[in-house]
Formats: sequence, C-alpha cells, structure tokens
Amino acid sequence: MNTFRTGGIHPPESKLTGNSPIEVMPLPSELAIPLSQHLGKPAKPVVKMNDEVKKGQLIGEADGFISANVHASTSGKIKAIKPHPHPGGQYAMTVFITPDGKDEWAEGLECAPADWKRLSKQEILRKIKDAGVVGMGGAGFPTNVKLSPPPDKKIDTLILNGAECEPFLTADHRLMVESPEDIVTGLEIMASLFDGPLKIAIGIESNKQDAIETLQRYALPKQIDVVSLKTKYPQGAEKQLINAITGRIVGEGELPFDKGCIVQNIGTAVAVCEAVCRNRPLIERVVTVSGMEITRKKNITVRIGTSFSDIIAFCGNMSDKTNQVISGGPMMGKAVFSLDVPVVKTTSGILFINNLALGKSMERTCIRCGRCVEVCPQGLAPWLLANVAQLRHFDEIQTLGLANCTECGSCTYVCPSRRELVHWIKYAKALVANRQKRKSA
Amino acid sequence: MQSVKLKVSYAPFVRTKDSIESVMYNVALALAPATVMSVYLFGMRALLVNLVCIASCIGFEWLMDTIRKKPASCLDGSAFVTGLLLALNVPSNLPLWMLVVGSFIAIAAAKHVFGGLGHNVFNPALVARVFLLVSFPAAMTSWPVPFAVDMETAASPLGILKTDGVEAAMKSLDLMSGFYGTMNGSMGETSSLALLVGAGWLFYKRYITVYIPFTLLGSVFLFTAIFHLIDPAAYAPPLFHMVTGGLLLGAFFMATDMVTSPLSVRGQIIFGLGCGLLTAVIRLWGGYPEGISFAILIMNGFVPLIDSWDLNDRKAIHHKKLQTT
Repeated sequence: MNTFRTGGIHPPESKLTGNSPIEVMPLPSELAIPLSQHLGKPAKPVVKMNDEVKKGQLIGEADGFISANVHASTSGKIKAIKPHPHPGGQYAMTVFITPDGKDEWAEGLECAPADWKRLSKQEILRKIKDAGVVGMGGAGFPTNVKLSPPPDKKIDTLILNGAECEPFLTADHRLMVESPEDIVTGLEIMASLFDGPLKIAIGIESNKQDAIETLQRYALPKQIDVVSLKTKYPQGAEKQLINAITGRIVGEGELPFDKGCIVQNIGTAVAVCEAVCRNRPLIERVVTVSGMEITRKKNITVRIGTSFSDIIAFCGNMSDKTNQVISGGPMMGKAVFSLDVPVVKTTSGILFINNLALGKSMERTCIRCGRCVEVCPQGLAPWLLANVAQLRHFDEIQTLGLANCTECGSCTYVCPSRRELVHWIKYAKALVANRQKRKSA
Repeated sequence: MQSVKLKVSYAPFVRTKDSIESVMYNVALALAPATVMSVYLFGMRALLVNLVCIASCIGFEWLMDTIRKKPASCLDGSAFVTGLLLALNVPSNLPLWMLVVGSFIAIAAAKHVFGGLGHNVFNPALVARVFLLVSFPAAMTSWPVPFAVDMETAASPLGILKTDGVEAAMKSLDLMSGFYGTMNGSMGETSSLALLVGAGWLFYKRYITVYIPFTLLGSVFLFTAIFHLIDPAAYAPPLFHMVTGGLLLGAFFMATDMVTSPLSVRGQIIFGLGCGLLTAVIRLWGGYPEGISFAILIMNGFVPLIDSWDLNDRKAIHHKKLQTT
C-alpha cells in the first residue's frame, strides 16, 4: 500500500458520518456570502444594496490574477454589504442576500448539459474561472490558476486527492461514493488541459474501501488509476500525496508543478464538472457536520453563505458542553469565534467539540523525547523551530527550514509536553513575512 | 443554545493522551520487574531502599521547586524514576542516610542546577551513583549475597574479575544464574531477565529506540570478544560481560534517557558506540571494575556537541536550498 516516506501519525479516525448519505439542507432565511473565500485578493462587489439577484448571478468579480469570482447562492434581494465574521477568524466584506424563495437560476445558466469535449482549452479554463472554482480542500487556491502552470513546467501527473486524512471529515468520502461520474468527468476535463502523456491517479486512504471500489468501477475504464493509500495523517497534504503516489519529493520552496504534478481536491473535481458541463457556478458544497456535541451528525449539501447557526438548527442541537466550534478538520481547522460565520467554498466540515484542555496553559518543558522529529512529514525539527521562535531569532529560524513546514500539526498532536509547536511555527512565519513586507516596502 | 460560549484556540484540536507523566510512569512500570526481582533477591531491605530513594527524590524535587519558585513538578514522575533508578543502582545494604545524600545530589546538583526537567546535561541517577561510589567506595562495593539472612557480603563477579582474574571470576558465576539474577551486585542490575522484560515494554510503547541500546551492547560485545579471542586467559568472554554489572540496566534505562541522549538516529548510534567502547575500556583496563556509569556520563557530556553537529547539517541543507531557489 502506498504511503509517504517520512513521519506521519495515526490519530483516532472518528469518521462518525462515513455511512450517512448526503442530505440537502433547505434554504435558510438569510445568506451571508463573503467576498473573500479564496487565496489572494478579495473579489470586487458588482452589486448594490436592494439589487435583485438571481441564483448563480455574479456578485463579486475576481480582482487580479490570484482571486476568484463569487456568485449569489440563491435568488433574492441584496440586504447589505458590510463586514461580517468570517470562518478564517477575521471580519471580512460580506454580501447579505434575503432569499425570495423562488430559487431561480440566472439567465443563461439553465441550459442543456454541454459536451465538454467540443470546447477548447481556453474555453474550459474560462468556464472554470467564471464559475469561481477554487481548491475546496482548505487553501482555496483559484483552480483555473492552478490548472495553467507556467509553460516551462512540464506536467506529467494529475492527482485527485481523495485521502481525506483529517479525522471526522467524510464530505469527500460521500461524494466519491455518491457522485463518482461527476468526479471522473471533472478529472477528465482537467486532464484534457495538458498535452503529452499524462498519468492520472486518484489517491484514497484504505479506510474508505467503498469509495475505492466505486471509483475503480468508473475510473479504470478511462485509464485512471485508483491508488489505495495507507491510512496515515497527513496523507492528503499536497506534498505527502505526491510523495505517496509518485515517489517524488517536493522540496523547500518548490511547488508541485516543479515536480510535474498537479493535485486537485474531490470537491473541486465535482465543481469543475458542474461548471464546464452544466454552466453552474460554485454556489454550494458538501459539509460534514460532526463532533461529539451535536445531536444529528450528517453530511449535508449547503449553499455557500449559510450561517453555522442555521446549520445547527438543521442538525438538531449542540449540547451545553460545547466550548469550541471548528471550521474544517480537527488537525488543521480553525476555531470560530461566532456562530454567525457562514459556510464558504473551503469549509469542508463543522465540528462541535468539548475541548477539556482549554482555559489553562498546558505548555510544559521539552523533555527531548524526539517524537516531533519522528512524526514530522517534512523532516524538520519542530521542537527546535518552536524554541527559536520563542526566542524571536527570526533570521536563524529561516535557516532551519521554517518555510518548509506545512502546518499539519502532527508535532503538536504527539507532544507529551503539550507544547503548541505548530502555533509557534505559524507565529514565526507570520512575523517573518511581516518583516519581509516591511523591508521591501 | 446561544448561551454556549465559544472559545478560540490553536489547532490541532485533538492531542494524544501521552503526557510527561505517562512517559515517566511507563518507564517506572518498565522498571517494575527489576524492582520486584530486587526485593525477591535481597529481601525487605531492598524494598526499604527503593522507598527511601523515591521519597527523598520527590521531596528534594518539591524543595527545589519551592526554592526556585517554579510550579510544583514533584509528582510528574521524573523524580520518581530518578529515585527508582538510583535505588536499583546501589547495593541493598547501603546506609539510608547515604541514599538521602545521593538523592540530593541527583535532584539538586544534577537536575535543578541546570534548570530542572529537560535541561539537565547528565543523567541525575548516574551522577548520584558515581558521587556515592567515589565518596563511599567501601559501602558502595560491599555486595550482599542474594537470599542472605545475615547481611552476608561478597565481591561482585566484575570485582572478582578485576582482582583475581578471569579464572576465579568464571568460577564464581554460572552464566545462567547471572541471566536470572542470582548473583552479587546492585539491587536492580543483577537480573538480566527482568531488565529485558522491562526493556521490551519500552520498545512496545516506543519510548526508546533500538539505536542506543543495541549499538552500546553490540560494541561492548565485539570489543570484549576480540580481546577474549586474543587472550582467553586474560580477558573474560563477552557473554560474561553482558550479564554482569549494570550493563543492561545502563543500556536500556540510563543511556536511553530522553533528556540526556541525542535526538537524531545518527547521533544515537554515535552515542551508543561511545558508551559501549568506553564501558569496555574501563572494564578491561580501568581502575574500577564497572564502567557503564562513567561511560554514559562522559557521553552525556558530548550530547550537545553531537546535537549541534546535526543542527549545523540542518542549517547547511536549508541554506543550500535557499540559495538555489
């Protein structure tokens, strides 16, 4: 069974919703759609207050090369455009829509499925860009940009990331079981953008046997490999997945296309298929609602902009013991500060947990056990990086491979002294970036 | 529902249940067979020695924390393990006040002077043992005979080897009894069997790696084997060296101490080799019959150097990459 070479951990899988079919959540009474749901510059709003919008209508236009379009998730009236809590942890410009209940598609979007094979590469890329498709695994990198690497980089491997290595999350798993055709079509569309021989593979962790079998049925006839991966975190991290499937190592300061690879998320493949074949912009996604403190754990399709509190109402109730609500997985997700935050394009899960370790500082002295070095998938020495970060020696820390850290959190997971290793590393990264910005300014 | 107060903290939100306590008490658990064996072989006096060492180590830990105005760490298990290791490293008839002095040296002089848990350069229990050995050589080398009723003492097999030569030493000890533990020696070091069972637990829990103990034991074995082959009359066979003295206790429980051993595999192999060769050299030609304590302490001193070699390599790798990109 394939796996990445260095490090890795095996946290309890807690995939409580692996067998729950995806349910469609009804329209909420209000949608709050942030203009920044992707990496890069926020989109520019193209609507005003009290405008009537249709479902799928453009409300935010990509601003610059690395940015993405934002669309109305339903038809209705623009109530306000103002800053609003964002799952990323900040306030961000957000368009509020009061749905009119008709849920009407905007003109030109409701058309017969197109045969993507007749489209040129430019048309496909244009459609993906217009639909506002971004990487739906968490980073939110605009997909059309990722699919057009610099011409000097030869792409020979396209990998679809079905690892879903984070505990609790099952959104990709259910998608693979329930819409394998869309996934394979999306993958074929993306593959058609590259010339020359291309190896296409779907990497799936072995704890999702049903997904492996389903996709094998649809993918193998189309010369797409389905690779069974060992269940190990962070198998779904881009660099680790490339290593597991191709054996190549994406080094420090390198991007996947430097090694001839492009990795796409399962949800992104579906969104690409929707965008290219059905003209549908990215206005909904599958979210796993799980964690010990919510009554009905399920996988749901929700419109982008649905607030967490509406989702709680749909999924029963959360218990009084809940003290953290997490957007994303438990390893790399973010704790939200308000239940008003909306689901965005990159929200793969919402977890309700009772974190007992909160409230007191649990950090203790390093006992040099070496666990963090052992599990670091990037071969770093996290204890050392954290020590140097605490000393604020920001020149030295860059020579220790700071930029190479993927912030997967494995080191922090295993630390018996409960040191916030990955937090200190992120802190150092932020300050180093700030200093460089100031220097270049 | 809205009464729930949300808190923000850093990812990851799941952690292992491992803690300093679980690491330390698992090491203590791994020492349990040797401890039980010590009581079986040397009677209730051995139990008393164990209790006094553990209690005084925890007491001194509390005292040092109080003096240094640090949060109390006396129950985190590290003082417990230090006390237990010290007890297993002394003869069972050692006067109790010497045990208290030893505990003070271990906790105060070897650990808290450097900054407490995680910061000490030398293994505290070994510092205390060597301190006791050079301060009270007579008391530290009069070994009670196992199952003795009247505190009968005799020399240890390694002592006989040093003073009376190979023939007498080999006659004094049948290797299998050395393996089971019915020979003269420090409380916890006589039974190879009990120590191997404990070491198995540490491997199973992945608290130690194979690199240090195996290179250490391997180098002692090879080194003594070579000299045994050259001159069997002057040098004891390697298996004799394996089962006698504190070699196994040192290799599995003292040299592998997380705080005082190198972090990288490469460093651990060098560390293990160094410990093994120094042990063999001291045993064959040194003034003391037993060398493992000195060997580990000497190599402890090299750990910062070994680690900085690693550190510089890391820097060199990333520096090269930064320049090429």
